[in-house]
Amino acid sequence: MFKPKSRSIEKIYHWVFSLLAFTSLAFLVGIMLILFKEGLPIFKHVKLFSFVFGQAWYQTFDPPEYGILPLALASIMVTVGALFVCVPLGVGSALFLNELASYRVRSVLKPLIEILAGIPSIVYGFFGMVIVAPLLQETLNLPVGQTAFTGSLILGIMATPTVCSIAEDALGFVPKSFREASFAVGANRWQTLTKVVIPAAGSGISTAVILGMSRAVGETMTVLMVTGGAAVMPNSFSSFFAPVRPMTSTIAAEMGETVFGSAHYSALFAIGLILFFFTLLFNIAAELISRRFRVKLGIGR
Amino acid sequence: MDYKVRVKVNHVNFFYGRVQSLFDIKCDIYDKMVTSIIGPSGCGKSTLLRLINRMNDLIPHTRIEGQILLDGKDIYNPKVDVVEVRQKVGMVFQKPNPFPKSIFDNVAYGLVVNGLTNRSYLSGKVEKSLKDAALWNEVKDRLGKSALTLSGGQQQRLCIARTLAIEPEVILMDEPASALDPTATLKIEELIQKLKEKYTIVIVTHNMQQAARISDYTAFFMLGKLIEYDLTAKIFRNPSKTITEDYVTGRFG
Repeated sequence: MFKPKSRSIEKIYHWVFSLLAFTSLAFLVGIMLILFKEGLPIFKHVKLFSFVFGQAWYQTFDPPEYGILPLALASIMVTVGALFVCVPLGVGSALFLNELASYRVRSVLKPLIEILAGIPSIVYGFFGMVIVAPLLQETLNLPVGQTAFTGSLILGIMATPTVCSIAEDALGFVPKSFREASFAVGANRWQTLTKVVIPAAGSGISTAVILGMSRAVGETMTVLMVTGGAAVMPNSFSSFFAPVRPMTSTIAAEMGETVFGSAHYSALFAIGLILFFFTLLFNIAAELISRRFRVKLGIGR
Repeated sequence: MDYKVRVKVNHVNFFYGRVQSLFDIKCDIYDKMVTSIIGPSGCGKSTLLRLINRMNDLIPHTRIEGQILLDGKDIYNPKVDVVEVRQKVGMVFQKPNPFPKSIFDNVAYGLVVNGLTNRSYLSGKVEKSLKDAALWNEVKDRLGKSALTLSGGQQQRLCIARTLAIEPEVILMDEPASALDPTATLKIEELIQKLKEKYTIVIVTHNMQQAARISDYTAFFMLGKLIEYDLTAKIFRNPSKTITEDYVTGRFG
């Protein structure tokens, strides 16, 4: 039945798609290699320990100091702060969509929340800079409105659709039979939700949170615009309401003015490398947890 | 008939949206008997079963007319608490559906959600329910293990134990053995025989031999109507209607 021609077409399909799949892998490997090649030379100038734990980032001093601890702490502060916003918002709206909303409300609300994910980050940054920062400055009586807190707020809103969408899927994956079994022994809706549905979807919800974190830690444009950009060592709780400079915005702000191949240049690449490990770690964690989740609910792979 | 009526289905019509799926059903389900509901797919047998513990409340856009009386009280009366109905009328589903929790927590679940959390009371109750469900000897050494480590047949008996723990009066079973192998099916059938000493059991089944083996009464449904309802022996040996005879002898279905 098969003509030789159709078989050769199949072969072509096979090769084209294999090629495409391996191209993206090649990009990943290429990017990693470049990060290592351009980033590692910094350790000829500073030791790994004083790079990671150095408390001063004075790239313009003579001699310059390349300690990224203030930048890394800023990234962590902003990300953790963002979690306090995106977890309640995202998980809360996922629970609402999945458990309470009628079919019609849900079919309108879910795409709307997902549109939030499609807004360009520069627009969020703009919104944060023009509206939120001045508002915070005035209401909290701060010297500057661009702070770690402002960044957390905006990043949290940006990560909400990611968290909501994945958490909602996780809740949707909880088999209807679990709910029925719970109702059938006389549990009410709230008990079914807290004792059966949320524990069953728990690892799926954690995956959502981790991916939201991964989104927040890697975000650049917004934090560059709303966190104020001061590379100072955060030293107390009040630093949360002061300007900070996360790792991403450091690279974005300084890459344009650095000398190609200089120590500063490779220091920026080394920051990129560390960011890459951050997100890699988050993604591996998310993948491991979601694999456990699928096994637990008995849904394939 | 001098048996006590436990559930009385009184002129029930049921609608999914605008589609009517049950037409003027009336029958009496007797205390401490096994009543099986048979009929071709889509005839409404599961729908009727799920009406008896108000499980269809969970499906949007459904509507019931008529009454279902449990011990003489209409369970669809707006004043009735649905949680109470479900405590009196337990249900075992087609596919075993244990929670992804330990064996112990699965059985204790119905008690815990009803506010009974005393540990020693729970252990006693879990042990008794597992014994009644003929599962105790197989799991007594691993109550803390996940219920999902059990085989399909064991999971289904665990679900039965979970239902028994809340001491219902009536147990509804929706094709409880259809996902199980013959050995596991046999165990469930033996268990049903034992349980009817204490409970009223209504079972939906696709398997006519099963209905003939285990039930005292049989209801034959077709296209949302109750065609014939009588003693199982009568339905299978000497039905009053030709269409029942055609179905139970395997001429269609």
